[in-house]
Amino acid sequence: MEPISTVAGIGVPLQRSNVDTDQIIPAQFLKRVTKTGFDDALFYGWRQDPDFVLNREPYRVEQPGTETRILIAGPDFGTGSSREHAVWALRDYGFAAVLSSRFGDIFRGNSGKQGLLAAQLSEKDIETIWLIVDEHPGIAVSVDLVAKTVTVGTASFPFEIDDYTRWRLLEGLDDIGLTLRDENHITEFESRRESWRPTTLPAR
Amino acid sequence: MTEAARPRTLAEKVWDDHLVVKGENGSPDLIYIDLHLVHEVTSPQAFDGLRMAGRPVRRPDLTIATEDHNTPTLLIDRPIADPISRTQIETLRTNAQEFGIRLHSLGDIEQGIVHVVGPQLGLTMPGITVVCGDSHTSTHGAFGAMAFGIGTSEVEHVLATQTLPLKPFKTMAITVEGTLKPGVTAKDIILAVIAKIGTGGGQGYVLEYRGSAIRSLSMEGRMTICNMSIEAGARAGMVAPDQTTYDYLKGRPHAPQGAEWDAAVAYWNTLATDDDAVFDAEVFLDADELEPFVTWGTNPGQGVSLNDSVPDPAAFDDPNDRAAAERALEYMDLTAGTPMKEIPVDAVFMGSCTNSRIEDLRAFAEIIKGRKKADNVRVMVVPGSARVRIEAEAEGIDKIVEEFGAEWRFAGCSMCLGMNPDQLAPGERCASTSNRNFEGRQGKGGRTHLVSPVVAAATAIRGTLSSPADLSVEVSA
Ligand code: SF4
Repeated sequence: MEPISTVAGIGVPLQRSNVDTDQIIPAQFLKRVTKTGFDDALFYGWRQDPDFVLNREPYRVEQPGTETRILIAGPDFGTGSSREHAVWALRDYGFAAVLSSRFGDIFRGNSGKQGLLAAQLSEKDIETIWLIVDEHPGIAVSVDLVAKTVTVGTASFPFEIDDYTRWRLLEGLDDIGLTLRDENHITEFESRRESWRPTTLPAR
Repeated sequence: MTEAARPRTLAEKVWDDHLVVKGENGSPDLIYIDLHLVHEVTSPQAFDGLRMAGRPVRRPDLTIATEDHNTPTLLIDRPIADPISRTQIETLRTNAQEFGIRLHSLGDIEQGIVHVVGPQLGLTMPGITVVCGDSHTSTHGAFGAMAFGIGTSEVEHVLATQTLPLKPFKTMAITVEGTLKPGVTAKDIILAVIAKIGTGGGQGYVLEYRGSAIRSLSMEGRMTICNMSIEAGARAGMVAPDQTTYDYLKGRPHAPQGAEWDAAVAYWNTLATDDDAVFDAEVFLDADELEPFVTWGTNPGQGVSLNDSVPDPAAFDDPNDRAAAERALEYMDLTAGTPMKEIPVDAVFMGSCTNSRIEDLRAFAEIIKGRKKADNVRVMVVPGSARVRIEAEAEGIDKIVEEFGAEWRFAGCSMCLGMNPDQLAPGERCASTSNRNFEGRQGKGGRTHLVSPVVAAATAIRGTLSSPADLSVEVSA
């Protein structure tokens, strides 16, 4: 994972509460064999509606993954099914962060694993940001993980994120990255691994 | 007492010998993985994750892949018809190539169900850790290995680091003493264990199977038992290695040789649970009392002796069990009080990682030899691996199966979960040697009774759930 300190991009207002992961990505897309390429599946049901925010300028992304977006969502974002695909779909579309006043627990955990910043703001601040974005569509929203602040234009708002996740994101460490910090121990263990233990190569 | 001198169980010894980093302040231990088995269903996103992070597979030489869940068991030289199945298989082939992983594809002599392939190659051995993105990885514990199923994120973690962060499991001794009656097998032991402790009874535990009845089982029998540990909710099942283990392993392609073999055996002999080690829980079973066992419901814990009748839900004290029994009987279309042996079946499935090894096929063939299957019952025999199939054919088992009127298929998971075309039709009832009788597991609306290979054979002959003992009565009459 790349270390993250600040992410910035066009703020996309999603003025709905209780957006569960079934709405973020419907079950029909779970049969795929990849962990990428889910951008077309993101909010699949809602995107059939031409008025949905991601179908409107300046929010829509022409080529998913090439432009950064910040999602400003209502409370209880990412509840329901544990599917990690929800995080993959948001990330694939171009979202680097989601701002909300409350997140589904599993979604928040999955986000941390995949480098999607789930920043928790007060409900009042979310509403304020919605107002600013409403007046200045396309305004950049910047999320500073070091200072734990969201900046929109000249206004700044504090956000919460758990210390362990923040540390891992700042360091660019996923679970695998963390384990690899002990790589010297792994290598040392391997150096004394007995020769009778199985190896699959070369095939015999 | 020093740490080394503390009496330990088999599971604890294997754990301790794989500690890369001891977790402190509640953080997990980092455990080294000796053998990583891969199949097409749970690996694609893991490989994709590696690709995205630009990480290689740390130890391709400790990793092996096979195709099993989606593979057809007929016409294996044609392209796979179902596009999703085909994509999963093709994805595994691409990934194996890209990451340098040994893959046994459909048509290869070592292809087969992942849990049949590992032991058959001699890769599964005592005292090692084995993982696979598959819950029935517990099978490999029969060798005295610590073997357990993992999720896709963990598959990626093992591919990248050859380790897993894990909290220690609890230990449970399952002691089975005595001698099995003729016609009673390992499958009946494990079905009885699950009926006794329940499908959640093993949660968080490694089960160690012990006692004279376990000692006298073959490796195939021990694998059948360890395989279904997961159906009791356990993380893993283990049997301490002994001469039976060594005899099975010696000479297999990847088994140690020469001085290495001797060193390994010397170590393996130290693995047995110390006399004064303490288990977190203990369960006892009397082998003399066991009868052939069969499930009547929709989870593997809902089983009775074949001589019993379909239970009355009202007889369950626990309201959840009662409600579950009611739902199960409705799904299974069974009436309380019906003798199990009067239940007719439409199909018999002989296969799956629980019972598809050569010994299982031999036991099945011995009973059907020279007989004809019941009319109206379709019988499918699916060897666990291409090699088992060849071995069986060398012994003439394919002929016995075909003369019996049953279908002799190519290797794979097949009707164990029906990801390929081998499925039950809605409402069809099947006596199956597999491990899960969940609703719709073998095909939408299908009804499954879990049985041993010999009960499957007797059932195929009589057309109703039957034990081999029922046949001898008929023959002598
Ligand atoms: S045979 Fe059945 S239980 Fe075994 S690995 Fe295949 S699908 Fe899973």
